[in-house]
Amino acid sequence: MSLSAPPRLLEVKDLSVHFKVYSGVLKVLDGVTFSVDAGEKVGLVGETGCGKTTTMKAILRILPIPPAVVPRGEILFQGEDLLRMRPDQMRQVRGPGISMVFQDPTASLNPVFTIGEQLGPVIRYSAPENRGLSRRQIRQKALIPLQDVALADPERLLDAYPIQLSGGMRQRVCIGMALATNPELLIADEPGTSLDVTIQDQVIRLLGELVERKRTSVILITHSLGVVREMTDRVYVMYAGNMVEVAPTRRLFANPLHPYTRGLMEAVPKLTGGGMAMGIPGRLPSYQHPPSGCRFHTRCPHVMPVCRREKPPFFQAEAGHQAACFLYSPEAERHRNEAQA
Amino acid sequence: MRLLAFLARRIYQSIFVLLGLSVLIFIIARILPGDPARTALGARAPQWVVERLREDMHLNDPVPVQYVYWLRGALGGDFGISLVTRRDVANDIIEFFPASFELVLLAGIISGVAGIGLGTLSARHKDTWVDNVVRILSYMGVVTPAFVFAIILLLIFGLALGWLPAIGRLSDGIPAPPTVTGLMTVDALLAGQLATFWDALKHLIMPAVALALGALSQEARITRATMADNLSKDYIATARSLGIPERIVMGRFLLKPSLIPTVSILGLDFAGSFSNAFLVELIFNWPGLSRYGMNAMLRKDLNAISAVILVLGVIFITVNIVVDLVVGGLDPRIRLRAARSE
Repeated sequence: MSLSAPPRLLEVKDLSVHFKVYSGVLKVLDGVTFSVDAGEKVGLVGETGCGKTTTMKAILRILPIPPAVVPRGEILFQGEDLLRMRPDQMRQVRGPGISMVFQDPTASLNPVFTIGEQLGPVIRYSAPENRGLSRRQIRQKALIPLQDVALADPERLLDAYPIQLSGGMRQRVCIGMALATNPELLIADEPGTSLDVTIQDQVIRLLGELVERKRTSVILITHSLGVVREMTDRVYVMYAGNMVEVAPTRRLFANPLHPYTRGLMEAVPKLTGGGMAMGIPGRLPSYQHPPSGCRFHTRCPHVMPVCRREKPPFFQAEAGHQAACFLYSPEAERHRNEAQA
Repeated sequence: MRLLAFLARRIYQSIFVLLGLSVLIFIIARILPGDPARTALGARAPQWVVERLREDMHLNDPVPVQYVYWLRGALGGDFGISLVTRRDVANDIIEFFPASFELVLLAGIISGVAGIGLGTLSARHKDTWVDNVVRILSYMGVVTPAFVFAIILLLIFGLALGWLPAIGRLSDGIPAPPTVTGLMTVDALLAGQLATFWDALKHLIMPAVALALGALSQEARITRATMADNLSKDYIATARSLGIPERIVMGRFLLKPSLIPTVSILGLDFAGSFSNAFLVELIFNWPGLSRYGMNAMLRKDLNAISAVILVLGVIFITVNIVVDLVVGGLDPRIRLRAARSE
């Protein structure tokens, strides 16, 4: 028990989320464990459908229940388990504690309310001292987050409807709204994915500058390894509802360990060298009947008999670099021999 | 200003719709088999009397000429006299319309409030027993005709329990208020006759509920479907993730976009009730326009039929304009698109 360890801002332990659907139970998250330290910028990568957004929605407790159920797990935020909180306590965590920027800015803004009508309540309920403010005062305060995200003429923007804004402006408004609560932790779910590349780049840079200035901790979900490399301190790799590897960002790029991570890196087309980018053969497994043992074994080039039997825990390869793969187990040699026998 | 321009344009368009409608109903009324003059006078009237009435009614003129006579009268508020009751049709309409209006208005309020309320409740508790109960009941409500509800209500509350009066607009011995709007409850309040108001309201409840239940069910289903759909939208997740209290998320950010389809259905139900109220008005002996119109049709009372259909046309057009205004008020996308297309 070391009291001197830096406080964990967020610690998710063994989180499982299932969806009960007509045809059965989808075991989407299967014991997800990860953490974010105060002031840290953490990346989360993995292919579409691997459970990144579900994990984040589970943390904020905004998954629709039913059909979602959380059979086990803990989500400690500043030491308190969010899963055990009463709804009113949880509401106070959302916003000033944790806030989120969703993938699609167009879908994230309510089409029938002006920006001001949507931003107003965010500000009013983000701090107790804002509760009693007049509409005018709230409006005055609402200008600041819009200025923060470098939007011109914020005064007029407050009276505009989302349909009157461009995609880039909508994304900026979403980021401004999420940061207007001054959150301890910002979850950014593929910001800018729906925008064209130059605008996306601007938006990501802006986000980076803002969280740097406000010293906000960040979980950045993205497909773009380039963005991860540029923006994050540490990266988690997720596959089919499991964390499969975690490392400091530079270490991960220098020395990816998990076969899935390696495949992911090779899937990126390179500007030099020519030839087609390598993909990972196969598809994400079914969540209704997930593969036994390691969920990646159906696609893994290094599969061993043990991978089909047991779910691999995290094995430490070096300080802070862990992979959930039996190749890195102390008994790797024995596992490999078993395959040949 | 934009609102006034919108209204002016819609009213201008409506004139053509009404003219078209008037041609249609005039032609339909004329091609119905049988001689209206003979029907009016009865089988035993001498032929020369029938001939004289045909002459008076311009029935011997060519149809286009007849139409011009009729339209000229209609524009001046003169729909001729009823061939059956010999009363002035315009006066009949003025007498019967407010009774229907009062009934349909209350039915509309009941169906709107309860329909949206039940739909919201159902969506909030989606896939739970609350939702299932509301869905089953509303399904039954949609498929059951209003007259069945009318009879059930009448048997339970009118006869078995005796809580509500079974027929008419006022009980015997209750003084009718001086006519101002023609709406009994409103007139009673204006005249300060609280006892009359209470009595009129009690007469109004059963027919209004009977008329409202079908529309209410329809609106509950639509509201539930839209809300359940919108509940999974990212903007709701966003609002929640930013710590906005649930009552504001539900009551503001979910409700407003979800009301748009319901308002359209509500408008159609409201306008439709005027013509669909026939059996309900008959069962409760309610002196309304629907019953009047249906009787006119059964008796081939040409002037009355034409007038009633024209009034219904005006109601539909008015309700449609109001619905467009409300939907435009709820949805800026429609408003902005309309502004751009001008």
